[in-house]
Amino acid sequence: MSSEIFYKNISELSAMLNSGEISAVELAQVYIDRKNAVDGKVGAFISSNEDEFLASAKKSDERRAKGATLSELDGIPIGLKDLLAVRGQKLTCASKMLENYVSPYTGTAMQKLEDAGALFWGRLNMDEFAMGSSCENSALQKTRNPWDLERIPGGSSGGSAAAVSAGECPATLGSDTGGSIRQPASLCGVVGMKPTYGLVSRFGLAAFASSLDQIGPFARTVKDASLVLKHIAGYDKFDSTSVNVKIDDYPSMLSTESLKGKKAGLPKEYFASGMDSEVREIVEKAIKKVEELGAEIVEVSLPHTELAIPVYYIIATAEASSNLARYDGIRYTHRSAEAKDVLDVYFKSRAEGFGEEVKRRIILGSYVLSSGYYDAYYLRAQKVRTLIRNDFEKAFENVDFIVAPTSPTTAFKVGEKTGDPLSMYLSDIYTINVNLAGLPGISVPCGFASDGMPVGLQMIGKAFDESNLLSYAHAYESACEWSKRNPQL
Amino acid sequence: MSDIQYEAVIGLETHVQIKTRSKMFTSVAHKFAEPPNTLTDAVVWALPGVLPVLNYEAIRKTIELGLMLGCEIPEITKWDRKNYFYPDSPKNYQLSQYDQPLCLGGNVEIELAGANPSEMGEHRYVKLTRIHLEEDVGKLTHFTHDSLVDYNRAGTPLMEIVSEPDMHSSDEVFAYLTSLKNTISSAGISDCDMEKGQMRCDVNVSVRVKGAKEFGVKVEMKNINSTSNVRNCIDYEIRRQIDCLKKGIPIVQETRRYDAQLGVTQSMRSKEDAHDYRYFPDPDLMPVKISQELLDSIRAKLIELPFDRQRRYMNDYSLPYSAVSVMCPDLALCEYFEEGLKEYSKNPKMLANLIVNDLMRELSLAEDAEKSEDVFEESDNVIHVSTAEKLAKCKMTAKNLASLVRIVDGGSISKQMAKEVFVKMFTTGESADDIVEKSGMKQNSDSGELEKFCLEAMAGNQKAIDQYKAGNDKAINALIGPVMKASKGKANPAMVLEILKKLIG
Repeated sequence: MSSEIFYKNISELSAMLNSGEISAVELAQVYIDRKNAVDGKVGAFISSNEDEFLASAKKSDERRAKGATLSELDGIPIGLKDLLAVRGQKLTCASKMLENYVSPYTGTAMQKLEDAGALFWGRLNMDEFAMGSSCENSALQKTRNPWDLERIPGGSSGGSAAAVSAGECPATLGSDTGGSIRQPASLCGVVGMKPTYGLVSRFGLAAFASSLDQIGPFARTVKDASLVLKHIAGYDKFDSTSVNVKIDDYPSMLSTESLKGKKAGLPKEYFASGMDSEVREIVEKAIKKVEELGAEIVEVSLPHTELAIPVYYIIATAEASSNLARYDGIRYTHRSAEAKDVLDVYFKSRAEGFGEEVKRRIILGSYVLSSGYYDAYYLRAQKVRTLIRNDFEKAFENVDFIVAPTSPTTAFKVGEKTGDPLSMYLSDIYTINVNLAGLPGISVPCGFASDGMPVGLQMIGKAFDESNLLSYAHAYESACEWSKRNPQL
Repeated sequence: MSDIQYEAVIGLETHVQIKTRSKMFTSVAHKFAEPPNTLTDAVVWALPGVLPVLNYEAIRKTIELGLMLGCEIPEITKWDRKNYFYPDSPKNYQLSQYDQPLCLGGNVEIELAGANPSEMGEHRYVKLTRIHLEEDVGKLTHFTHDSLVDYNRAGTPLMEIVSEPDMHSSDEVFAYLTSLKNTISSAGISDCDMEKGQMRCDVNVSVRVKGAKEFGVKVEMKNINSTSNVRNCIDYEIRRQIDCLKKGIPIVQETRRYDAQLGVTQSMRSKEDAHDYRYFPDPDLMPVKISQELLDSIRAKLIELPFDRQRRYMNDYSLPYSAVSVMCPDLALCEYFEEGLKEYSKNPKMLANLIVNDLMRELSLAEDAEKSEDVFEESDNVIHVSTAEKLAKCKMTAKNLASLVRIVDGGSISKQMAKEVFVKMFTTGESADDIVEKSGMKQNSDSGELEKFCLEAMAGNQKAIDQYKAGNDKAINALIGPVMKASKGKANPAMVLEILKKLIG
């Protein structure tokens, strides 16, 4: 066995499993060893259960021996962001509030993975309740960027991105509310995809902002991401916001020729200001490459872009203030030992259980919904959200997809922005309006800055046009070598 | 000063639990009196990651009530979160409807008490503001040091029927609640049992000088759980507010609690402490479009309103108010009555009287007997049995009962005998004909034999004959008695009278 099996992609691993070159148990052991070797430095995992992992791998081997393999994912380890519900597994949301909480049920997307034979491997770090862009808001674990351990992995799904980047998992699931999959994917040099709102059931995803949250995959290649997405997507009667659309066999529809004759929109507002000049150069080169691959680059305008961040921080915090009200110290969360009466239970448990950023957003969200302010903030934000959605609709009248940077900078240093929440918020500037518009977006590695940090190219598609979007990303990825680089740990 | 006349203005918010198979937003069943926290699941507990799924049965039933009460049903309805922290609410927000409820407007016909129970009182309409759908909360039980919470009730579909401030006395409110209850229970939307919390009221009371246009300061009384408490609470509050006005004490806009034991209302919180519920549209549930097809299908199955039925029975069948006032609030009784009419329709009045007097009496005696058999069973939760359930167990079918009326009308047995036959029918389930045949109760209508009895009677009482001939009609009764005696009570009284008159000439 090659020493770097852990850097192989799912297609390669699947072939090895099928040929008998490796068993699922052996493969599981590869990732256990890898985790034990590097996670002390990377810190992607909040918790893991090696026995359960090996036991599920054994079952996969038994299925394979009987010729009863469930899917291409059978025997493939997949890590989960620690806000996704799996029966019997911890679900902490990286918060003291849920530090000891174990989910008694499995969410839909995770159930689909289990039904496909995938093996759950580990609970991955994140910003507390998915609020943050660096993983530094985790109350339970520090995660570092595998490319430079002095730097953050991005967030909120930083653990999911770092685990794939460091070879601790071949694929993971994260959630994306304002860029929480695409931004860390970009900063860690892996592929991360946020599907169209409504494509993947949110049942079993601990909610941050219900109208923006989507579960999506991280992987080493676009093809792997498309494979995982194919298995988790689909209408779910347990999620009223899930949409009943036909799910294509995404991996089989990928084509390296897909960019030929397509129109790629370049939002002029994205390149106006605020972007790191080296990142800009790398992204512009990547866009050239897209052009070389046969796409026509057309300038488009998304005039309400600059309103996306304020609108997002009104809508997302409003929803969060209500979604997080259930963590109250009464039933299953942290309860303050100091509490003497019911108000104490609320005040003290929440004061102790929530971190600073979570409190900041709950207060902000409660404020924008309070009587007298609702119309000025929440209602207006919803109206602007419609304008942002209309911007995209208008742009998509002329183009097939949009190309853009994923993040204005490469991964920043640990602690660099923790004292300045506003500058942290601005790192989601290119991803947030995609959530507000409910569109699919993918980040693929598109180069490295001079300091060796990865840069991601974002492609934004039309609603429920995942097949084409994945195919465009695949065509670009196949023409470059960026995805083949791995961090040295 | 003292002769100023005051007038109360009262509006109600009535919560009614809807009878559905499952809860409002999840598939767990909702029932009364189950062990604590057994009717729960991840959604009810509000665990991380759960989502609500709409119960369309509850939506249909709410629309059904709305259509019965003449509400407008807007095309789009949506769901909002009402945010507040309290341990009875697992999510710390309640899913409700804020500005786009299922039903708008409408009105409830009420009937005030008549001068006496056999006389119908005045009818009028109470205007509704809206009916919306929401979820019920759990139940807290407080002890000295702890409180326990039971989430069995949490998530039960609950409709809130909001009236306009359109009532002026506790009598009107009583009539309003009675009418709502009869309408809702007849349609099978809820049993409206206040003892079980299936129907609860918040009452808004204000008082003003009679004839004034402006409303007085409004005081709200929350969660009153019996009609008698509603009545007492309103009467107390009206007295209290008038007293305040008379003494020049300002009335504070506040929420008050009714203490049923003391019979007084007490301040709970003032307007300044009122919650800011931070309503906003629930992002987990899509707005619902109410299609014309849905409305048509509900409309096609609407039941007749109890008061419409009452009017019809009085007009078409000339039933007395004393009968319709018992029968019409209860659809099961009405259906029984109409089933009987299909068998024999010539004497609806007698059929109705048998139902409201004899049948109701026997049903309640049977229920009492059954309860006393269960005396050693756990009796904490004695469940009220509906008339429909009682009738389902009843051995006597409506058709049998109607055939009893036919036999009486046909003269085969007397009305007096009918009472005896009725009891036998009720206990055995046998038909009236069989019972009459077997027990030899059949009236003697053999004119030859009756004539013989009559002649014997006349022979023994010349005085009665003379008096009758002299113009005293009643004197003939003295002759009927001996005939009845001779026939062992089976002589058909009408025939006997006829024969006697003929014989006397």
